Amino acid sequence: MGAKADPWRAALLSVLLLAALLAAWEWAVKGGGGPAGPAVDEELAALLSPAAAAGGQTAMPAPSDIGARLLELLSDPFHRRGTNDQGIGIQIAWSLGRVAAGFTLAALVAIPLGFLIGMSPLLNAALNPYVQVLRPVSPLAWMPLALYTIRDSSISSIFVIFICSVWPMLINTAFGVATVRREWLNVARTLEAGRWKTAIRVILPAAAPTILTGMRISIGIAWLVIVAAEMLVGGTGIGYWVWNQWNNLSIADIVIAILLIGLVGLLLDRMLGLVQRWVAWQE
Amino acid sequence: MTPPPAQRLVSVEGIARRFPGLTVFEDLWFHVARGEFVCLVGHSGCGKTTILNILAGLDTPDAGVVLVDGKEISGPSLDRAVIFQGHALMPWLSALENVAFAVSCRNPGWSRGQVRDAARAALARVGLSQAAERKPAQLSGGMKQRVGIARALAISPKLLLMDEPFSALDALTRGTLQEEVSRLVTEAGQTAFMITHDVDEAILLADRILLMTNGPQARVAEIVHNTLPRPRERANLHHMPGYHALRDHILDFLITRSRTLAGAPPPGWDARTPPVVVPA
Repeated sequence: MGAKADPWRAALLSVLLLAALLAAWEWAVKGGGGPAGPAVDEELAALLSPAAAAGGQTAMPAPSDIGARLLELLSDPFHRRGTNDQGIGIQIAWSLGRVAAGFTLAALVAIPLGFLIGMSPLLNAALNPYVQVLRPVSPLAWMPLALYTIRDSSISSIFVIFICSVWPMLINTAFGVATVRREWLNVARTLEAGRWKTAIRVILPAAAPTILTGMRISIGIAWLVIVAAEMLVGGTGIGYWVWNQWNNLSIADIVIAILLIGLVGLLLDRMLGLVQRWVAWQE
Repeated sequence: MTPPPAQRLVSVEGIARRFPGLTVFEDLWFHVARGEFVCLVGHSGCGKTTILNILAGLDTPDAGVVLVDGKEISGPSLDRAVIFQGHALMPWLSALENVAFAVSCRNPGWSRGQVRDAARAALARVGLSQAAERKPAQLSGGMKQRVGIARALAISPKLLLMDEPFSALDALTRGTLQEEVSRLVTEAGQTAFMITHDVDEAILLADRILLMTNGPQARVAEIVHNTLPRPRERANLHHMPGYHALRDHILDFLITRSRTLAGAPPPGWDARTPPVVVPA
């Protein structure tokens, strides 16, 4: 682990691994089926998808099929032909919108509350048990309660995003605020900076890198959870789309969705990573 | 030798710091006159930093009071600026912004331009105009402490408090900064109180030097009057008549007498008027 890997060699190895994987996959699906016959039991295939049954072939697509399908999907990502036929771009936009709403609400609650908790040892001790109990709860466990009380599936999924993103931001903000160097606080005190000015000009920038770490963890969890939440709630969103394609047994679409979900998650993390670099400071 | 109360800027009256089963110091009395530079010299553990923090208002004594301008202090104030041991610059702000933060606290009504101009002027006085836009991480230890000095002086405090401000610097930088502080303080007629364990630093800067015995139950064993004429320069300090007597006296105290005098005070010793010594 000592020396740093040459980035070009690492990239080359990555590409080779991908090529090997795709080649093996292609061969396994198209060429090497052999005497084993179809991968999907005929009766099951008949139940699941007429297309699979008619062809009597495996429902598992080859990478070439997936590539073709990806081009098809991306050629018109924002089309709307009825409720069950909307472009993949629109579905991802729905999911991103819900994540943005839930995450923003969570930030608006968690960062000020984390500030208070971090500044007050009393509040910290009083609220800590609640945080400890609620934090490990799967966000989906809140879903029935949310559906019952809110009575709106879309708002319920936003609530689930809110509840799962609130904890890392709350805990990190409180920690960051509580561990601001005493000497900086002393500087502010000797300058009679006042509570508000100290909070905005000293504590916030000092704790910002820690708060951003919490936000990065939160957005990662939120993007994980939205897929599951939309599978449950249905209607729109990439999670719902995955579920819909499973019902159609369009395995190619599911593989594409996995790929796109991963890429969007990476993008979200990188965006907050840029903000984190912007607020970072070094001694 | 004791000035009339009207000339006293700071009056420390019987302060104490006690922990259960341990008295770091108690019944401590001293004063700082207007325009005077007082150094407190002693070994670690005699409560030096606590005393400075009490003067700054960052700490409260377990007994006694501190009067500044005849009024009892109850917390930190812009009238008492502190130069911290570890510079205490905010690493996310540039040198200029660190000073500007202090200026804006002193003058809440000023425009951004006024604040920046004043901060620039303060940095220029410590010779840092070129490095104004740099972050503390891009400054050397000596430059960081210069910013700390600029920040403290930018708010024109009545009293400048310094807690071993140069102890983390190399000898060469320390010497330069000591002369710089000496010049700035003399120019401004600044009243100052400094904690140090560097004998030459005390001789260069101080009008009076308080010698503290080792803790626990530390006390001001004696007050040394530094009669070496100003301006003093590091380069020829040791050629001044009386320098060696002064230095030997303080060194003797630090090496042996701070230890032998520790503990219960000798009979006839008065906490309010410790013996005054004029070695030179």
